[in-house]
Amino acid sequence: MSRSGLSPARRRKKTRLYLVVGGLSFLALAVGLVLAGFRDNIVFFFGPTEVAAGKVAADQKFRLGGLVKDGSVARPGAGDGTVFFTVTDNAADVKVRFAGLLPDLFREGQGIVALGALNGEGVFVAQEVLAKHDENYMPAEAVEAMKRAGTWKHEGEPAAEGGYAPAAD
Amino acid sequence: MIAELGHFALALAAAVALIQSVVPMIGAARQDGAMMAVAAPAALVQFGVLGLSFAALVYAYVTSDFSVVNVIQNSHSLKPLLYKVSGTWGNHEGSLLLWVTVLALFGALVAAFGRNLPPSLKARTLSVQALITLGFLAFMLLTSNPFERAFPSPIEGTDLNPLLQDPGLAFHPPMLYVGYVGLSIVFSFAVAALIEGKVDAAWARWVRPWTLLAWVFLTAGIALGSWWAYYELGWGGFWYWDPVENASFMPWLAATALLHSAIVVEKRDTLKSWTILLAIVAFGFSLIGTFLVRSGVLTSVHAFASDPDRGIFILLLLVVAIGGSLALYAWRAPQLKGGGLFRPISREGALVLNNLLLSAAAATVFIGTLYPLFLEVLTGEKISVGPPYFNMTFTPIMGVLVIALGIGAMMPWKRGDLSGVVRRLTAASVFTAVMLGVAAILYWERSALAVLGMGAAAWLAAATVAQLWLRARPSARISVADGFRRMVDLPRAAWGMTVAHFGVAVLIFGVAGASMLTQETIAAGKPGDSFIVGDYTFALTKVERVPGPNYMAERGTFLVTDAESGAEIATLAGERRRYVAGGEETTEAGIQSDLGGDLYAVLGQPTDDGEWTLRLYRKPFVPWLWIGSCLLVLGGLLSLTDRRLRVGAPTRSGASDPRAPAQSAQPAE
Repeated sequence: MSRSGLSPARRRKKTRLYLVVGGLSFLALAVGLVLAGFRDNIVFFFGPTEVAAGKVAADQKFRLGGLVKDGSVARPGAGDGTVFFTVTDNAADVKVRFAGLLPDLFREGQGIVALGALNGEGVFVAQEVLAKHDENYMPAEAVEAMKRAGTWKHEGEPAAEGGYAPAAD
Repeated sequence: MIAELGHFALALAAAVALIQSVVPMIGAARQDGAMMAVAAPAALVQFGVLGLSFAALVYAYVTSDFSVVNVIQNSHSLKPLLYKVSGTWGNHEGSLLLWVTVLALFGALVAAFGRNLPPSLKARTLSVQALITLGFLAFMLLTSNPFERAFPSPIEGTDLNPLLQDPGLAFHPPMLYVGYVGLSIVFSFAVAALIEGKVDAAWARWVRPWTLLAWVFLTAGIALGSWWAYYELGWGGFWYWDPVENASFMPWLAATALLHSAIVVEKRDTLKSWTILLAIVAFGFSLIGTFLVRSGVLTSVHAFASDPDRGIFILLLLVVAIGGSLALYAWRAPQLKGGGLFRPISREGALVLNNLLLSAAAATVFIGTLYPLFLEVLTGEKISVGPPYFNMTFTPIMGVLVIALGIGAMMPWKRGDLSGVVRRLTAASVFTAVMLGVAAILYWERSALAVLGMGAAAWLAAATVAQLWLRARPSARISVADGFRRMVDLPRAAWGMTVAHFGVAVLIFGVAGASMLTQETIAAGKPGDSFIVGDYTFALTKVERVPGPNYMAERGTFLVTDAESGAEIATLAGERRRYVAGGEETTEAGIQSDLGGDLYAVLGQPTDDGEWTLRLYRKPFVPWLWIGSCLLVLGGLLSLTDRRLRVGAPTRSGASDPRAPAQSAQPAE
């Protein structure tokens, strides 16, 4: 056992030292990765009013939330399946272009959240469009956008979680 | 009447839980045999009563009893029977009822099969378990009664969200819950051991099968959920790093770490206090996951505030359970005696490395999931942390883990010889180099990361096989035929480890292919049009209307041919379904699978001029994901059937027979 000539107590201390050093170095690794990950991948949220006020630079990636304006959805069917629609907070509008499949619950008048960036002409080019999986549900970001624009009226209404209706009481 | 019976049973269960949590704990402190003996029958009664309550809710769903609010909100008389049953747990109240029922089930299992447990440990474990049950029962009775009546009652329900009406998702929640809640019994064991002040090899042997059981179900549940997302959501992804997914993934990472550290406690009687901490953390993650999913904070911190009773209650439960156990840990853990010594280069060292990496991975997922919540609460700033963050932090940690795993599994206990182990991995290294070369030739242009992932998979697969083989035939003096015979005779736990590690390799291969080599075409077209996706041509042949039991579908038929030769490969049918009850739409992707990958076609919304939006994919190696997950589950089950790990088998004699995964340097006998 004690080939190295150390007493068990000292060897135990040594083992513990290895463990602590190992643990700390992994902690450092994890913290480094987390910081690097956060620096490059945090995406801020803006509502249409803030976009209209010029708070977001072109090509800056952000999340846009709001309601899909009634009658704004157009699918010209130009062969690539591009969809155009307008996101509104009932105060300002932002035109959105999206090439892809919209989620099943995407409707005019419903709340959505889109991830993307503005192009040079002020059109929001979306990479991703999300609508949560419940008819009653208004995405938190859409509500936030209307609150920031001062057009939100349904304060206090219980927001349901995706897939679950709110309790009836 | 049946609903009232269910509600009554729930209240009765709370009373039983109160007795079960108080009496045996006092009994154990006083070493009073009669008081301790209350625990086991109470646990059995508890499970019986909660089972009855759960059955009452299932009955209300099956008979479409629309006088119960819960049934109105989540069921419809036209719904197929399977989804009537699965509707029981497809909602807040019902899923909580399933939670506590499973909690009681695990208590009952310990009561029934833990005959060899020392009476005081058993009494304390069951008492802690009952305390958790009591907390959840109080939560249900006070804020979330599944049996609430509606008056006047409507004639028809509002239907279960159609996305949830799917066989994959019918079984996903119960599986996941058995996993989540299975960790509760490990937690109870850990807390009981802290109160006892004694953790030894026998304790680890009692705890390991339960951890393994929970882990198996957790793995299966996560895999089912991922499979469901892949074919049901129509986005062709299998993992989105969504907070709800992360909520199930964090306990899985912690349970995986626990599974490995418990081996060290069992074999070498060391790392005890760390293992106890992991057991607390693993169940803590389960509770946090439940909190995140159930309280509504994920949708928004405002949603949390709008239903404060529920949120605050779960938060309170969380604080008491995790805070209390950690405080107990801080108080008692220093008294646990450290055991066997080991060098950093040894199997213990390798398992410590495994634990550090898994914990670091769990920590990055935890921070990424919760940081936006904290920031919003503190500053009101709304940010989101997307998949790129997780890919960037999680993937490198897993990369290191996989490389280390190949080497670590070969290490002998106590003191290892790195160069010797590396020598024994020559064949595996050569295999890896060859596979890396092949993958680079085929895929370097498309994704260098995919090539690296495939290399990692090849390395892990080869090292795992080599480990098993060298264990069966440690020296050239043993003939190859004898080696095979001895390999077959290796303990089931050794096979379990090999199968599970091999499963990880297969899974990594699938992830590399499916996430990095996917080819995708988004287009608009009408019947008669065709589109090129990688080496394939997808032709939309027709779109027709098809009625379903409770929906109408538009079905697009796609003919897939080889882009070069024109040879016919597959016919896919993708559907858009519109549900009668709520008018919701869902997408059913048309998928054709083989080992080489999936062909995946989605029929999207119609465009203004009568065409259809289409999403077409070639996703290489997707089935490897599911095969890898199955191997993980199979590995866990194999280990569970090992004679020495069988639930209830071990006694506190502490005979340290060489057990899997044992010294690779010595013959297995």
